[in-house]
Amino acid sequence: MNAGNELQAIYIMWLRQLKRFFRSKSRLVATIVQPLFFLFILGSGFRNAMIPGMEGTDFMHFLVPGIITMAILFSSMFTGLSVLWDRQFGFLQEVLVAPISRFSIIVGRTMGGATTALLQGFIILFIAIGLGISIVSAPGLLLTILFMIFIAFTAVGFGLLVASKMENMEGFGLIMNILILPLLFLSSAFFPVAANPLLKSIAMVNPLFYMVDGLRGSLLGVDNLYPPLLDLGIVVCVSLLMMGIGTYLFNKSEA
Amino acid sequence: MHIITTVGLTKKFNKLVAVDNISFTVDRGEIFGFLGPNGAGKTTTIKMLTTLMTPTEGSAAIAGSDIITQRAQVRKSIGVVFQEPALDTELTGYENLDYHARMYGIPRSKRQRRISEVLHLVDLQDKKNVLVKQYSGGMKRRLEIARGLMHSPKVLFLDEPTLGLDAQTRRAIWQYVKKMNKDEGTTIFLTTHYMDEADYLCDRIGIIDHGKILIIDTTPNLKSSIGNDVITLTCSEIGKLKERLQQESWINSIKQHDSSLTLGVEKAEEKIPALFELANSLGITITSIYSRTPTLDDVFLSYTGRTMRDTNAEGTIEKPTRSRWRHRQR
Repeated sequence: MNAGNELQAIYIMWLRQLKRFFRSKSRLVATIVQPLFFLFILGSGFRNAMIPGMEGTDFMHFLVPGIITMAILFSSMFTGLSVLWDRQFGFLQEVLVAPISRFSIIVGRTMGGATTALLQGFIILFIAIGLGISIVSAPGLLLTILFMIFIAFTAVGFGLLVASKMENMEGFGLIMNILILPLLFLSSAFFPVAANPLLKSIAMVNPLFYMVDGLRGSLLGVDNLYPPLLDLGIVVCVSLLMMGIGTYLFNKSEA
Repeated sequence: MHIITTVGLTKKFNKLVAVDNISFTVDRGEIFGFLGPNGAGKTTTIKMLTTLMTPTEGSAAIAGSDIITQRAQVRKSIGVVFQEPALDTELTGYENLDYHARMYGIPRSKRQRRISEVLHLVDLQDKKNVLVKQYSGGMKRRLEIARGLMHSPKVLFLDEPTLGLDAQTRRAIWQYVKKMNKDEGTTIFLTTHYMDEADYLCDRIGIIDHGKILIIDTTPNLKSSIGNDVITLTCSEIGKLKERLQQESWINSIKQHDSSLTLGVEKAEEKIPALFELANSLGITITSIYSRTPTLDDVFLSYTGRTMRDTNAEGTIEKPTRSRWRHRQR
């Protein structure tokens, strides 16, 4: 196996994710429109509400980091899970029988997933800027992008993990409903957890909390509980762990 | 010159022995076929030879590379067309071929030329920019065969290449297989449970049943091993007639099935009157009789004692779809 070959393989896996993303119009619309519904409907509804624990003035602004996290999470998880589709449609065999390492397959897929997820993240970010949120600083924006990348990696890894252990798509809905949604609600994505001691202590063990908190800290500089760099450290560790487990399980699975 | 050599290849799934200690060789440039009913172990053998599954015991080499220790080398020298379609349906035919070429490290300069070569071989040039999800079943199969050939493999594996295709498409695919074997000198290893397919395509055939190879020989040899003609008859007291016939030296082979006897003979037209005389002298009435030239079906029958149709029907009951999923998971 030579390096050129592996690079080609990574490129192909990346390109494939992108092409599939842009060609699937329904997915394109759903993944972009759904977060905007959350942002606009939820955001407008609570805009003038007094929410305990919220220091910022505008709830819609408060919501932006949470919605970006949600969009990236869902989109990247889908990328990891698409391994299942490939298995069901047989394409995975074609990839596994090629003279390329499984590691390259995963790297390419992850990059592809992260790219599409970042695109969605940026679309929401631009809309949010249009809505008048002020970015706290240039380094803050850079940090925001770093967060988005690592959130994407975590979710792809988690998707791979689930895909390697699951036989069909039905289980996906279950995992979304009983695991991801509660974690998202407890992550301070939709409301601050600081005012409620119980919710706050639950949030401490919720990886999604550090994603939202870090994104909020680096983007808005208000309403975050921890310094963004601390959050980033935790998110990086979680993403390495998830990618590690996901890669290990994918390597072990047979076509 | 052997291009595939297997020694005692075995694959077990828990208690089930899918492939049981098989050893065979395939020569360079030949079309070799595995013929057997569903669940006989054909696909499992291909999965081991193509490095997708690790054998429980035994080993094999393809073009001199070991399938366990030199996987990367093996993968470079083989092309595979799987039983289930393995195309990305969201991509165009051209993209599927291009991505394949890149994964196999074919340089840019050669890529274009090779893609048009293989598309030409399977007559898909005018469909290359259409998304694969809009292809018909036959077109998908042809594209997969083209893709298998992209990197000019030394051996091309075809797992049930015409399963579920209509008669006309099957004929066309047979032509492509013959053509690439001749034009490109590709060694072809195929599995099938269609007798006519094995008969038409293969230079040599291995009959496989319950994970074991029953016999390997050239197609003409296999057929002549039963005799040049086959007589099938039904009669009263079938066991008694069989006993008597076993003493006759002009009968090459004799098999009893539920209600009929199959005899392998030379010049059947001269033997039928003799059979009537014999039966008469024993007081047995022959109720029906016919003769024909042997097919691979007869060969299969004489080695397994069952027809392919029986075995396939029985196989479907034994093997629910669920278990296939589990195998693929492992």
